[in-house]
Parts: sequence; structure tokens; C-alpha cells
Amino acid sequence: MTGLHYHYQVPGDDFTRAGEASGAVKGLLKRLGLDPEVIRKLSIALYEGEINMVIHGGGGEIDVDIGPAGITAVLADHGPGIPDVDKAMEAGWSTAPDYVRNLGFGAGMGLPNMKKYADGLSVDSRVGEGTVVTIVVHTAPQGL
Amino acid sequence: MSEYFHSVTLDRDACKGCITCVKRCPTEAIRVRGGKAKIIKERCIDCGECIRVCPHHAKRAVTDSLSDLERFAYTVALPPPSLFGQFNHLEDTEILLDGLKLMGFDAVYEVSRGAELVSDATRRLLRAGALKRPVISSACPAVLRMIRVRFPQLIGNILHLRAPVEVAARLARREAMERTGLSSGEIGVVFLTPCPAKVTAARSPMGAEASGIDLTIGVSEIYPPLLAAMNALVKPSPETVSRAGRTGIAWGRSGGEASATLHERYLAADGMENVIKVLEEMEGERLGDVDFVELSACPAGCVGGVLNIENPYLAATRLKKLGRYRPVACSHIDGMPLEELAWETGVAPADVIRLDPSPMVAMEMLGRMEEIEKRLYHLDCGSCGAPSCRALAEDIVRGYSHEDACIYVLKEKMEAVQGSLTALRLGGFPKKEDLR
Repeated sequence: MTGLHYHYQVPGDDFTRAGEASGAVKGLLKRLGLDPEVIRKLSIALYEGEINMVIHGGGGEIDVDIGPAGITAVLADHGPGIPDVDKAMEAGWSTAPDYVRNLGFGAGMGLPNMKKYADGLSVDSRVGEGTVVTIVVHTAPQGL
Repeated sequence: MSEYFHSVTLDRDACKGCITCVKRCPTEAIRVRGGKAKIIKERCIDCGECIRVCPHHAKRAVTDSLSDLERFAYTVALPPPSLFGQFNHLEDTEILLDGLKLMGFDAVYEVSRGAELVSDATRRLLRAGALKRPVISSACPAVLRMIRVRFPQLIGNILHLRAPVEVAARLARREAMERTGLSSGEIGVVFLTPCPAKVTAARSPMGAEASGIDLTIGVSEIYPPLLAAMNALVKPSPETVSRAGRTGIAWGRSGGEASATLHERYLAADGMENVIKVLEEMEGERLGDVDFVELSACPAGCVGGVLNIENPYLAATRLKKLGRYRPVACSHIDGMPLEELAWETGVAPADVIRLDPSPMVAMEMLGRMEEIEKRLYHLDCGSCGAPSCRALAEDIVRGYSHEDACIYVLKEKMEAVQGSLTALRLGGFPKKEDLR
């Protein structure tokens, strides 16, 4: 059977709407009755990613595929890109401007947290073009 | 008592079938069917929001009545702290306690006493670091039911202590038995409830096999005779001594329980919409700065219960005034074992969100739901009886509704039929030879 596909637009620089897409995905996963741990991991990682898109990426698109083996979320922004992905994966390393940090964001834990919760994480970034983050969370061993 | 006992019920004759309650229900538990609101019992959490918003007063809370007091040889009234906020110019809690006795109750036991014990126990548990943080207060039964239905992942964060009214009910019964020598069954412990959720909690409690409360009477019913009795009081009775401290009285308003933890890292939210937002944050593990979470389904806390009389915010102000010169607390754990306050049983999640027990079937249903939703008009008008187009799509895949319930879909179909008829009329009927 083919999986389910969902597409979300993430507006840039609108903090009040950040988290809408990950919240909607959480609602879908609850309706599927997936293992609460799977839902927890995916929604936390996806929320972090979505916030990153707002802070750094100037918004973009999120595509979520839910299949028998797991959930894959592809977050694509058209922002400045990450010059050094390895550095960005380090806990506490942050590029956030002060006004963002004052809002309580930009602690340098975005990507490290996503890595912690996701079963698979890949970051494909090109300076000047944008960043594509792929989050994979496997469903429980019994599968779908 | 049945799993699905509900105190919130519908007066069918008064219901006009409008969608006010359908739209406002926080668990999407109401649909209009056959022109009347129907409550989906598995989803209803008895928060009373529909009672609050119904313009036709068709939603009611079923409570016990004053005539039920006759079933008992000795009755003890349990007034909650929010009750003290319902009266103008009330300078002293003892007047209210005397009024209850004049009305016919044999004794009075303030719920505030139970509240102060719960606060004391909470402080001890927080200090001992024995709790999963952030800890969610267990006092509001509508919030607990909301967690069971929509946030089952957070059940482990709920404080495993009885609600103050249950603590007070047990202590009141014990005290009455010692004083009178009567058996437990002869004593009626009567809670004067500000909300329907606590009526339900007294019938089918969470975290306990049975409630310590025998009767629950709504504040709206007790208010007229109580007010008359308070006005008829000649002089204060010397044996009536209020045992509610500032802490116990503060429990009646939002923030009262949380501040009684004597802990700065607390959060207090009131009103179901705000409660849901906080629970969403908790579920996303974004409340790292918070150790204790007080959640009240009603605006301003228990003073906002739908069975109360007074404006919630005014009542909350009165509670602050009443508590001002009181001792911080009058009841303390001292030698009492904490087990006396603890839950007896766990709380099981309510399985109402998932579309099907089989994830494969649920996936197929969710896919169909998306297809149906695309064909709907996204106006969320409620004319189909469901709160939103999405909810209608879900009802359809669950087999409870059909697409023609949407008046816009139906109109489209009728227009197509009309178009065909018009075409038929304009084109005339084919001649027999044309068909050959």
C-alpha cells in the first residue's frame, strides 16, 4: 500500500505561527494510534525543524510521508544555507541574532535536539540556496 | 458506576439544534442529529462548557437535590473555597458555615482543610524529588479527563494525590463517626459543587475505587436557601470554627494551589482553551522552566464553575480579601501517612482518538478522510452537525455521517441534477429513429 503524504507551507519570520505544521502532524499520528514514543520523537524533532525554518530559513515547505515502516519529514527552506553543517550540529553553537535569542529561541540546541530524537537525520545545505533537513522516525517494531 | 456516567445532559425540548455547543466543546464530543444536540459519551469530559455557552439553557448538570438529605441520619456539608466568593459583603467564613447548619446540615467540614493537606503533601513530594516533572495538579477532574482523552502521554505527570474534596470527605466522615457513634452508611457526606465535572468525579472517581462523597448538590441549588439562612442568623454559634487558612481559601481561584507549593517555578492556567495550549507545550517537552502546573478548566479557577452564581473574577477578588488576615494554613500533614492522600489506583488512557485499533486500517481511513476533506468547502459552518469540515470527514470515515450532510455538497449535486433536467428540456426527447 502507498503511504500518506502531507504538505505544509511554513511562513518565514512569523513566530506566532511556528509549530502549526508539527502540531497538525502530531494530530494525524494520534489518529493513527501509533506508539506514543514514535509520536513524541517525531513531533519534537519536527517542531525543532519548523522553528529553525522560521528563524533561519525565511520559511519554506515541509513534506511528510507516513508509510508502513515509518515517517519521513523533509523540511526545505530557501534561506542562506549553513556554511559548516558539522559545527551547526554541535550543542550550543548558534547564529541567532540577539532579538531572536531574546524571544527565547536560538540556544544552539535545534539540530542537536533533532538528532537526539530522530532515528535518522540528514542535513543538505548549500550556501546561498537553502537547506534541506530530512527527519526519519521508524514506527514500532510491529510496524504499520 | 458505569464508565460513562455523565452529569451533563440535554433538555431535548429546550434544544433548538443550533451549533453553539458543538463548536465550543473542547473534545468535539457533540453533534447535532435530527435537530438536537447529541453528546458522544466516550468523549465528553463533563467540563460544562456547553452549559456555559448554550443560549437556550438546554444543557444541564444532573446533581442530587436537597431532598436526598433525608436518606441519612446525620449529614455533613463540604463547602468548597469557591463558595466563599459567591456572597456580597461576606467578611467572615463562619457566617456561611452557620448558615449551612441552620439550613439543616448537622455538621460542616471545609474542603479548604483537605486542600491544605494536599498542598503540604505536594510540597513534601516536590522537595523529595519523587515526582515526574513538570507535575500536573490532580484537582480539576475536567482537566484529568481531558488528559485521558487527548493527552494520554501526560498521565504519568499527574500528581498522584486525591483531590482536596476527596481528602476532606474521608476526614469528615471519620470525624462524624467518632462524634456520633453512627455507622458510615448513616452519615451523608454532601459536597456543594461548583461544576458538573465534580459531580461525575464523585460517581466515578479517577485514581480511586470509590468516592468518599455520598451526595453532590450544585451551588446554584443551595444558594437561595443558604442565602436566606445566612440572613436569618441571629448570633454566631460558638462551636462553629472555620478551619480554612489563607492557602485553603486561595485554592478556589486560579494560582492558589500553585502558589501554595511555595515554589517559584510554577505555572497556573485557567479556561479550557488555555489548558489545552499548556498541555500541547508539555507534550512537546517545551516546559523546561516549570516544575508544577496548575490547570483549571474554568475561567479564574473553581470560582468560574458553571454552577456558581457570581462573576468568576469578582469572586476571585473576594477570596483574596477573605484570606488576607488568616493564618497561612490551619491543617498540616504532621503524623498523617501520605498514603492516606495518595491515589489508590492508576488512571488508564481513554482510547477515543485513534481511528482504528489496526494501524493499517487507520492509515487507510486517514487517507480517505483527506480525500473527503478536499471535497468539502472549508467553511466550518457546522450545518452538518459537526464542529468543522475536518470533523465531518472524520465522522464519515468512522461511519457516523455521510457527505450529503454537507449542505454545500448537496446543493452542488442538486444543481447538477437541475442542469441535467434543463438540458433534457431544451434538447427535447430524442426521436425513435435517432436512436437507431
